[in-house]
Amino acid sequence: MPMIEMKNVSKWYGTFQVLAECSTQVEKGEVIVVCGPSGSGKSTLIKCVNGLEPFQQGEILVNDISVGDPKTNLPKLRARVGMVFQHFELFPHMTITENLSIAQIKVLGRSRDEATERGLKLLERVGLKEQAAKHPGQLSGGQQQRVAIARALSMDPICMLFDEPTSALDPEMINEVLDVMVELAQEGMTMMVVTHEMGFARKVAHRVVFMDQGRIVEDDAKEAFFGSPRSERAQQFLSKILHH
Amino acid sequence: MLALDFSFLTPAVISGYVVKGFIFSLQLTLIAMLGGVVLGTLLALMRLSGRPWLVMPAAGYVNTMRSIPLVMVILWFFLLIPLVIGRPLGAEISAIITFTLFEAAYYSEIMRAGIQSISRGQVAAGYALGMSYRQTMGLIVLPQAFRNMLPVLLTQTIILFQDTSLVYAIGAYDLLKGFEIAGKNFNRPVETYLVAAVLYFAISFSLSLLVKKLQQRIAIVR
Amino acid sequence: MSTWDWQVFCKDTIDGKIVPSCFGSGGDITYLDWLLSAWGWTLSVSALALLVALLLGSLMGILRTTPHRGLVLLGNAWTELFRNIPLLVQIFLWYHVVPALIPPLRSVPSFILVVLGLGLFTSARISEQVRAGIQSLAGGQRMAGLAMGFTLPQTYRHVLLPMAYRIIIPPLTSESMNIIKNSSVAFAVSISELTLFALQAQEETSRGIEVYLAVTGLYFVSAFAINRAMLFVENRVRVPGMIGGGGH
Ligand SMILES: Nc1ncnc2c1ncn2[C@@H]1O[C@H](COP(=O)(O)OP(=O)(O)O)[C@@H](O)[C@H]1O
Ligand SMILES: [Mg+2]
Repeated sequence: MPMIEMKNVSKWYGTFQVLAECSTQVEKGEVIVVCGPSGSGKSTLIKCVNGLEPFQQGEILVNDISVGDPKTNLPKLRARVGMVFQHFELFPHMTITENLSIAQIKVLGRSRDEATERGLKLLERVGLKEQAAKHPGQLSGGQQQRVAIARALSMDPICMLFDEPTSALDPEMINEVLDVMVELAQEGMTMMVVTHEMGFARKVAHRVVFMDQGRIVEDDAKEAFFGSPRSERAQQFLSKILHH
Repeated sequence: MLALDFSFLTPAVISGYVVKGFIFSLQLTLIAMLGGVVLGTLLALMRLSGRPWLVMPAAGYVNTMRSIPLVMVILWFFLLIPLVIGRPLGAEISAIITFTLFEAAYYSEIMRAGIQSISRGQVAAGYALGMSYRQTMGLIVLPQAFRNMLPVLLTQTIILFQDTSLVYAIGAYDLLKGFEIAGKNFNRPVETYLVAAVLYFAISFSLSLLVKKLQQRIAIVR
Repeated sequence: MSTWDWQVFCKDTIDGKIVPSCFGSGGDITYLDWLLSAWGWTLSVSALALLVALLLGSLMGILRTTPHRGLVLLGNAWTELFRNIPLLVQIFLWYHVVPALIPPLRSVPSFILVVLGLGLFTSARISEQVRAGIQSLAGGQRMAGLAMGFTLPQTYRHVLLPMAYRIIIPPLTSESMNIIKNSSVAFAVSISELTLFALQAQEETSRGIEVYLAVTGLYFVSAFAINRAMLFVENRVRVPGMIGGGGH
C-alpha cells in the first residue's frame, strides 16, 4: 500500500482547469521531487494531498485514508502529514519554542513539558538550539525554514510535503536547508518535494514528476528522468534550469 | 465680559455631582469596548466566512449601524428595548446595551481589516498542523490581527469615550450630565461647561499620545 | 403598537386632526411639513458646516506640511484641540460659553453657532486627511515644483494640492457623510433639525416607530445622495494612469 496515492485528480478554479487527471503515488520511504514551470499546478497538487485545497474529481489516499471523502477527519489527517511552505509561515507572534509546541499541545494533546522537550530536541537537530527564546522575525530565512521543518517533525509525521522550501531564500542559505532535508530523506522519511533544486533531486530522489499546464507529463525513476526525459517540454525545462 | 469664578467647584461639589457621572462614562466606555470588540470580532468572522447566510446578515447589520447617526440609534434602542422586553429600562442600562451593539459594528470593520491583513499562508500553516478552524483562528489569526490593529482599536475607543456624552439624548447620568446639573444648581453653566471640555480634552489627548507611543513600539517590533 | 399608522404625518401639529392633503395651510402645519422643514435644517447645517470644515481643515492641513515650525505647531494644536473634545461638548461651548465670554456674539443666531461648532470639529478631521494626502505625495513632487521656479505657495497651488485632493476624495466622502450624521447633535441646542423633530414628534404623537423610521430614512437618503455626488466628482477629476485617481 503506497503512503500517498493519487488517482485521476482534477481541479478547476471556475472554468480554469488547474489540475488535469493527475495520478501518481509515493511509497513508504520514497522521496519524489515534483518540478515544472511556474503556474503548472505544483503547489495546488501538493496542497491537495493534505486537503488544504479541495478538488472536484479523482481520489487521493494518504495512508489508505481518502482525503476527498467528506467524512474524513481532515485535521486528524493533517496532524500526521508534515508540510513546509515556501514562505516558512512560522507564527510571528510566538517564540520559536511556542511555534514548535503549540500544535503538539493543542492538536495532539501533549503536555506542555513533553511538547517543549520534543521541540527543543528537534531544534537541536536542525542546529538552532540557541534560538529557542527568539521570535521568528529575529531569525534569517534559512534559520526560519529549518525551524519550520522542525515544527512539522514535532508532530511525528508519517510523511512530509515540501512546497518550494528554498525558493524564497538567499542563495547562501539554500544549502543549510537542503542539508536538513537530505538527512531526513536518508533516514527513510516519505517525502513529496516541489523544488527546482536538481542537485537535491539527483542526490536523494527516487522519482521525479514533471508537471506542465496542470498535467503530470513525466513520472520517471530519477535515472531515467535525468538520463533522457521523454517529453520535449521536460527537456526544455531541464536545459533551462540546469544552464541557469 | 463676564468674570469667571470656579470657586464653587469644591471637592464636595465635584464628588457630589461629577464623580458619579464620570464613573458611569468610564463604565459605559469599558463595557462597550469589551463587548463591542467581542461581538465585532464575531461579526467580522461571519463576514469573512464566505457563507452567504452568515455574510449577509452581518454585512447588513454593520452597514445599517454605520449609516445611522448615533443619537438616533440611542433613541431607537431607548424606544424599542422596553417594547421587546415588556417593561421600561433605565437610561443607563439602555445606553450600555446600545453602545455595545453600536460599537460592535465599528470594531468589526477594524477586526475585518486586521484579519484580512494576515496572509493566507498563516491559515494554511495552522490547518497543515492539524488545527481546526477554531484553533487556527483563535491561536494563529486573531492574536496577530488583534496585535496589528491594537492602535486602531484604541483610537476607536477614544472616539467611543467622547461619544458616550451623547447619552444626553435620553438623560442618562454621565460625566457631562454631572457637570451640567452642577452648573444649573450653582448657576455657573459657563464654568462647568469649560471644565467639562478641559477634562474631556485632557483624557482624550493623553490617551491619543499613549496610542502614538504604542504605534511606534509596534513599528519597531515588526 | 400592533399596526402601522402612517397617517400620523398628516395630522395637524396643533389640534392633532388629520388634514386630507397631508400638508397644512394658512399657517397651520402638519407633521409632514415639520419633517420636511427639519430635513431642510439638517441639510443646511450640514452643508454650511462642511464648507467651514473644508476651508479651515484644508488651511490647517496645509500649514502642517509647510517647512515653518510655527505654522506646523498652529495646525497641530488646532487639530488636537478640536478632535479631542466631544462634539456635543463643543456645541455647548459655542452655545453657552462663547457668547458669555464674547458679548458681541450674543446676537448671533444659534444656527450659526452650531454650524461653527460642527464645522470646526470636522475641520480637525479634514486637516488630518489633507495633511496625509500631501505627505503621501513623494517629496519629489515638492522638489520638482520648487525646482521649476515656483514659489512655495505656487507649488502647493499647482503641484501638490491638485493631486492631494484627488487622493483624499474617498475619505472626504465619508467625512461628508459623517457630517450629516453628526449634525444630529444640533438637537441639543434646539435647532429644529431631524433628530429634534424625532424627539418631539414621538412625544406628541406616541407613534415613535413611524416617526423614527421616517427620520432614519431621510438620514439614509441624505448620506446616499452625498455618496453619489462625491463619486461623480471623483470620476470627473480622475487622472488617467493614477491609482489614486479613482477606480475603487
Ligand atoms: N485561488 C486561485 N484562484 C484562481 N486561480 C488560481 C488560484 N490559485 C492558483 N491559481 C492558478 O492555478 C495555476 C497553478 O498555480 P500553482 O499551483 O500555484 O502553480 P505552481 O505552484 O506550479 O507555480 C496558476 O495558473 C495560478 O494562477
Ligand atoms: Mg508554487
